[in-house]
Amino acid sequence: MSLVCRRIVQNLTTINFTRQLAVTHRQLNLLFTDDHEWVKVENGVALIGISQHAADALGDIVYVELPEVGDEVEKGDDIGVIESVKSVGNIISPVSGEITEINEELADDASTINRAPYDDGWLVKVTVTDDTELEGLMDEETYAEFCAEEDN
Amino acid sequence: MRNSLFRIPARFLRKTPLWNLHKEQNATMAEFAGFDMPMIYKGVSIPQSVEHTRSVCSIFDVSHMLQTRLTGEAAVTAIESVCTADVAAMPDNSGSLALFTNDQGGILDDLIVNKISNNEIYIVSNASMAEQDFAILETAAASFGCRLEKIETGLIAVQGPKAAEILQKGTTTDLSTLSFMQGADLSLFGIDGIRATRCGYTGEDGFELSIPAEAVEKLTKKLMEDGALLAGLGARDTLRLEAGLCLYGNDIDETTLPPSAVLLFTVPKSRRAQGNFPGCAEIVAQQKSKPDEKRVGLIFQKGKPPARQGAELFKDGEKIGRVTSGGPSPTLGLNIGMGYVPLELAKPGTQLQVKVRKNVFEAEVTKMPFIKCNYYTAKK
Repeated sequence: MSLVCRRIVQNLTTINFTRQLAVTHRQLNLLFTDDHEWVKVENGVALIGISQHAADALGDIVYVELPEVGDEVEKGDDIGVIESVKSVGNIISPVSGEITEINEELADDASTINRAPYDDGWLVKVTVTDDTELEGLMDEETYAEFCAEEDN
Repeated sequence: MRNSLFRIPARFLRKTPLWNLHKEQNATMAEFAGFDMPMIYKGVSIPQSVEHTRSVCSIFDVSHMLQTRLTGEAAVTAIESVCTADVAAMPDNSGSLALFTNDQGGILDDLIVNKISNNEIYIVSNASMAEQDFAILETAAASFGCRLEKIETGLIAVQGPKAAEILQKGTTTDLSTLSFMQGADLSLFGIDGIRATRCGYTGEDGFELSIPAEAVEKLTKKLMEDGALLAGLGARDTLRLEAGLCLYGNDIDETTLPPSAVLLFTVPKSRRAQGNFPGCAEIVAQQKSKPDEKRVGLIFQKGKPPARQGAELFKDGEKIGRVTSGGPSPTLGLNIGMGYVPLELAKPGTQLQVKVRKNVFEAEVTKMPFIKCNYYTAKK
């Protein structure tokens, strides 16, 4: 998610994310983008969400706009929007492929992303057409360092 | 509040006297009007902050705002030459919302003008317009042989239904005698030299306190012990929108005239008759001919994205206006906003459409404020 926060929260804060990363994601095998999204690839399909760090920075998420199933997306495309009370962030596709599923539950309760960004708060599933696009994504430790650096 | 698309390195930003406390409280800081200001505090979300302000009490650091003091025998004449308030008719120790205007009747800024006495005027205006406002006042002071000084104190807004109760514990001045927009010099919790005005910009009862810079942190901490919570500019912007109050630069600017902005109440009849402030004739002319468009409140369709500043308004497919402020209202659980629409579409209940990205959905014109304001009136 590119944090094009048009109004307020521009500075990401490091809220608990190092601890959570250490506890939860080691088993989950997540990869992170520098747009603060996570990717988990299974059987040629990428499950995509935003990091706890990004969810905390946005604050109370009130609305999510997702692409439609069947949409063809390119890596780097703007595929949706996440809005909190005072911020708007764009969801940037980390891979090229076809949207196979979207998290319909978020339409009723977008705050799930704040509560469980790595779990029930997932956003979309995209087929992976080019494995090399995943090269250069960060593991949890590198991502934690990346966030700390960005905050400074 | 202005948008700041460019991040300025924090070391170039100005700090208020409460900056250390903001950092101590783990606030998320961002640039606003050249200051490094708290947006939200760790552990308190914007909806929680809004709720606490409406049910208990919050403290906002507004030290970035421009405070000035105009003194001299002709102080009243001087301030009236540049703003819309009838300062001559105001009692001592009272304040009023007023506007600086240009020769076309456009609004250069909104401000609170406080008449301490006939010889002393205390003005609080927007941080984003500080340079311009100081220049306006300097010219007025020079023209009428008055003295102008910048007041470099801490300024906090203590807002909410418990504000008076919390402050009363620290002073012998009976706060129940102070009505909305009245002011007094106070000693609070042993700190002297505090100027209090019963006002704020949240729709709640409360006080703005101008406090010697070296004492503002101590006093703020004392108020926090008594149940007040620090709240950031994020919550403040939401609260003022719920209260139907304008944000300069968003909802009004130098091209907006007071009748169109529905701010004619800040231009009293007496001043319109005197005609001795910039753009008075143009303002009166717009009032008589009726403005083409008017500022209105808007409630947006549920389940749709928040419509924010810049969203376009439509009627039957035709673009007719724009949203100037908008966002979720935690108090109402609805997306609300304000914007400008043609006069014939300004009636409450009028159904319009709004466009947010590719979504087009319903918007209903509504009365403002969106919430019941709780300004305090002293019993006689």
